[in-house]
Order: sequence, then C-alpha cells, then structure tokens
Amino acid sequence: MEIGLNHYLVLSTILFAIGLVGVMRRKNLLLLFFATEILLNSVNIAFAAISHYYGDLTGQMFAFFVIAIAASEVAVGLGLLIVWHKRHGNIDLDNMSTMRG
Amino acid sequence: MFEAVAFYLFSFLTIAMFFIAVTTSQALYALTALAAGMIFISAFFFILGADFLGAIQIVVYSGAVMALYAFGMMFFDTTRDVKEKKGNKMIIVGLGTLAAILVVVIFATPMVADNIVAFYPMTEGVGNTQDVGMVLFTKYLIPFEVAAVMLLVAMISGIVLAGKKMDLSLTLMSDAEIKDVKKEKNKKVLS
Repeated sequence: MEIGLNHYLVLSTILFAIGLVGVMRRKNLLLLFFATEILLNSVNIAFAAISHYYGDLTGQMFAFFVIAIAASEVAVGLGLLIVWHKRHGNIDLDNMSTMRG
Repeated sequence: MFEAVAFYLFSFLTIAMFFIAVTTSQALYALTALAAGMIFISAFFFILGADFLGAIQIVVYSGAVMALYAFGMMFFDTTRDVKEKKGNKMIIVGLGTLAAILVVVIFATPMVADNIVAFYPMTEGVGNTQDVGMVLFTKYLIPFEVAAVMLLVAMISGIVLAGKKMDLSLTLMSDAEIKDVKKEKNKKVLS
C-alpha cells in the first residue's frame, strides 16, 4: 500500500488535535508549553510531507524557521516561568488572573 | 511496503507518546514522553527524504529544548500531581478536532485548487543538506538573519529573566551572609 500525502496530513491533524486538547485542559504552565511544542511539531510534519510530494524545498525552509521560533519561545517562556515561580511559589494558570475585573 | 510499515509504526508510536504527554498527571512522565515523541517525529523526516531537518529535529528538540525543560523543572515543584481543569470534555475534544481540521483545510485548499507550483525545486543529484544550504543562503538569507537576531534576543531575555542575583556567588559567601540574603529575599516576596 502506497503512503501518500493524505496519510501525512491525517497524521498531522491527529497530532494537532492532541496538542489542542492539551492546551485546553492543562492548568500547569510547564505542561501547557509541552502542548504548544506538540502543535508546532505536527505542523512541521505537514510542511515536510508537502515539501516531499511536490518536490519543493520551501516547506522544509519554513519548518526550520518554525524550529527556531520554538527554541526561542522556550527560552523566553522558561525565564518568565522561573521569575513567576520565585515570586508566587506556583505556576498554575488560575493564579495568574491579576487582570480580572 | 517498507515505507508503509515504517509510517504506521512511527505514527502509532508518536500518537501514543504525545497522548501520554498530554494526559499524564506526572510532569516527569510528560517530559520523557515528549522527548520520545520528538525523536519519533524525526523518523518521518527521514522517511520523507528531509535528512537535514530530521537531524536538526533531534539536535534542537531532543537535545536543546528538552535539556532546557529538564533544567527548568529543577526550579519548580514537579513531584506533586498536576491539577487539571474541570470542564466539559466534549467541548474540548470537539473544539480541538474542529480547529485541527481547519488547519488541514488551510493546507489542502491550494492543493485541491491545483495552485501549487514548485518555487524552489529540488536539484537532481544533490544531497538534501547541500540543497537546503543552497536555498537557505540565497533565497532565504534575510529570514535566516532575522531568525538569528530573534535567537539572540531570546538568549538575552533568558539570561536577564532567569539570571537575577547571579553576581552573588553562594560558594564564596559565609553562612551568615547567605542567611542575610535569604531574609532580604523573603522580605521582598512577602511585601
């Protein structure tokens, strides 16, 4: 059985759905970051698959930039989380409601 | 045949690992499952002929990002169980699936409309890494430089945010001085 582009797109959909479910149900900010990593990776699979099946390198280029963005996001996000944890002693999303009216 | 077996095996493993990473209540299990899933994803890149992307995936995600998370977890209390949001599960799963299908429609619409032409076609007889280098350093040079500046900004912000009180060396201070610093810090936190 031949594996086509649709197989990879379906796999990307499933992984993206898993990541979105994680984003919506996680309360701990560290585990929320894990879920965003899953989202970025699932889109990377779609980029690489389209790049392969159309013989075009643009998809791979964008996958590189997505990886660079993910790495910098982790650096900044973890720095902010450490500052927040030093100040408040937890990293739960529910306690970050200082702008609640 | 071999490709199909590899695809189904690795897709099952990736989905299982990411499912564990999303649903487990132990932060350490989630970290380990995520690292395993990242490595399995690089297998897809190798199957698809994007060798350089697969290597970068292993180096950056399983190496740098996971190490950063592991170091970050030393600062947090990760031994206790993670509390979850109490909400309607059907709404969450429904919205997640809907948004994911939307993403695929965004990808698939130009394909169905037959609107895709190869912008930078792969060169024959050239390895993937060389091909990537040729396109990255000619056509995508400006985005590459911008990404480099963005990584520099992220590095500086990481140092500034996480590296407070780094001018103090706890190994060179006496016990009384360390106690003073601790008291001062607690006062600041409490006020």
